[in-house]
Amino acid sequence: MKVLVIAEHDNGKLAGATLNAVTAAQAFGAPVHVLVAGHDTAAVAGEAAGLAGVAEIIAVDAAHYRDQSAENLAVLVADVVRGEGFTGVVAGGTSFGKNLAPRTAALLDVAPVSDVVSIAGAGRYVRPVYAGNVMVTVESDEAIQVITVRTTAFAAAPSGGAAGVRERAPAADLGVSRLLGRELSKSERPELAAARVVVSGGRGLGSGEKYREVLEPLADRLGAALGASRAAVDAGYVPNDYQVGQTGKIVAPDLYVAVGISGAIQHLAGMKDSKVIVAINKDPDAPIFQVADFGLVGDLFEAVPQLADGLAAG
Amino acid sequence: MKILVPVKRVVDYNVKVRVKSDRSGVELAGVKMAINPFDEISVEEAVRLKEAGIATEVVAVSCGSAASQETLRTALAMGADRAILVETDAELQPLAVGKLLKAVADREQPQLVICGKQAIDDDANQTGQILAALMGWAQATFASKLCVEGETLRVTREVDGGLETLELKLPAVVTSDLRLNEPRYATLPNIMKAKKKPLDVIPAADLGVDIAPRLRHSQYSEPPVRKAGIKVADVADLIARLRNDAKVI
Ligand SMILES: Cc1cc2nc3c(=O)[nH]c(=O)nc-3n(C[C@H](O)[C@H](O)[C@H](O)COP(=O)(O)OP(=O)(O)OC[C@H]3O[C@@H](n4cnc5c(N)ncnc54)[C@H](O)[C@@H]3O)c2cc1C
Ligand SMILES: Cc1cc2nc3c(=O)[nH]c(=O)nc-3n(C[C@H](O)[C@H](O)[C@H](O)COP(=O)(O)OP(=O)(O)OC[C@H]3O[C@@H](n4cnc5c(N)ncnc54)[C@H](O)[C@@H]3O)c2cc1C
Repeated sequence: MKVLVIAEHDNGKLAGATLNAVTAAQAFGAPVHVLVAGHDTAAVAGEAAGLAGVAEIIAVDAAHYRDQSAENLAVLVADVVRGEGFTGVVAGGTSFGKNLAPRTAALLDVAPVSDVVSIAGAGRYVRPVYAGNVMVTVESDEAIQVITVRTTAFAAAPSGGAAGVRERAPAADLGVSRLLGRELSKSERPELAAARVVVSGGRGLGSGEKYREVLEPLADRLGAALGASRAAVDAGYVPNDYQVGQTGKIVAPDLYVAVGISGAIQHLAGMKDSKVIVAINKDPDAPIFQVADFGLVGDLFEAVPQLADGLAAG
Repeated sequence: MKILVPVKRVVDYNVKVRVKSDRSGVELAGVKMAINPFDEISVEEAVRLKEAGIATEVVAVSCGSAASQETLRTALAMGADRAILVETDAELQPLAVGKLLKAVADREQPQLVICGKQAIDDDANQTGQILAALMGWAQATFASKLCVEGETLRVTREVDGGLETLELKLPAVVTSDLRLNEPRYATLPNIMKAKKKPLDVIPAADLGVDIAPRLRHSQYSEPPVRKAGIKVADVADLIARLRNDAKVI
């Protein structure tokens, strides 16, 4: 067996999810190669080559990979897999991996497996279904195993490797889609999916203004990433990439502080693997208290500033 | 422009499912079923495109057992013009659904297919991408905005870092995210009207594609439940416990 990890990057930097994917790929007990396809990505290939446990980097450079379209990348990955005899393909379960892996699998005529949280060898996986309320063991005899992995379930691969970088010719440009632009949230805070502490706000905050006014000082104190419930995103308090849950991001920080969030199962699906959960809610019967290690019943507009001040006082 | 909307019958999102005692699956007997919420959003988007004079026909399609007719009637009541049930009682996995949908798309020749980004039961998030690959069409997953401009489609996608806007050549496959629109409620007169709209049933076997499952689901289990902790007295108590008991700050 031979496994190909698809690197996720912005042509300048390797995404954290790839480090988790490399660790997951080791579970196959076979050599792990990393495909870096993009434009002017020497730095990314270098970063990937420095990861422990990586046998080789396959670098493909072409202008039509710059924007990482699933259409062009899927054709390339399928070519590499068939041409070089790979029998496993692993990507992080991020919007990038979810967009690409099923398309690639369909080109290879194999059934992909999404959001794997544990691997007991090739073709034996566990994955969550029904918003994480059920775990299922999936067995696959497919000749090529194509999977995406839940990043919080696998540690980041450490550095310490020195793999070689081999260049490979690009596949054709399908020319069926074009990137017009990106509006990416800029933040000095840690990345939500990988943060050690997450402070999340829900509809209880009442407005975007209040969300920032109340939660930012607390997040600053804790060095936390900011997250939100779907209701807070739908109401426009914060952008979409803040959403935690079944259909948003999955997080598993050491500390998750849920403020003004009721605790719907779709929200719990995204955070119930956090080590310590704190809930602040004025409704003593809110379902969030059923998963919280420490629940504070009270008005968030009083409690959260007190908490931020209390932490500052040391 | 004709739009095809694949809709799936799933366990209602309010239901907390239970694993069967023999761990062979999830208890579905007597459980409330509904149209997958993302598919409701797709139907809404297609109907809006028709109301705006951009789409000429909206066709809803579901693959599954006869019970999925109910799901298709929901789509018809929301404004789809007709429906197709690809009927089978066999277990369907996303690759098989993709192949069945391709066979339907080959017959129907839509310019646009709007799938849901994921079905809330199996949470696979695969079918739209698989269909796009099998058709050789462009894809835009996790759409929060969609705009038809002649022969091209402009789609804003929700990605991990924020938003991304793509221009796709038609025909194409789009998968809907939560914020694409807010679906309407079907009114009683429209529910009555939907009963008279055409609903064709095609036996899956007639489409001549291999739908045998590729994956086995050998065991289901419920993850360990998280126990409720304690309610703290006040903020000072909370800080003390986070410092001394949990040692996370
Ligand atoms: C298909 C589908 C997918 C979904 N995916 C997700 C998802 O990924 N993530 C997600 O989060 N949701 C998701 N949802 C939505 C989910 O069902 C809930 O609607 C949502 O999580 C509710 O958000 P909330 O807790 O902020 O709002 P509410 O449920 O309205 O809760 C607000 C809470 O704030 C408290 N509160 C109000 N004022 C104060 C105050 N002054 N002080 C203290 N507490 C206060 C209230 O007591 C209440 O408990 C999904 C739903 C569907 C149908
Ligand atoms: C009788 C029966 C038994 C089953 N048993 C199991 C089982 O034990 N374990 C298991 O994991 N799965 C089982 N399945 C299959 C499972 O329920 C899903 O249909 C399948 O895995 C597709 O995954 P998904 O819906 O999460 O796809 P996703 O890729 O998440 O779906 C995305 C979108 O694709 C479209 N779509 C998906 N399915 C259909 C469909 N059938 N018709 C029309 N459009 C569709 C919709 O637009 C949907 O929003 C069974 C199915 C049947 C009929």
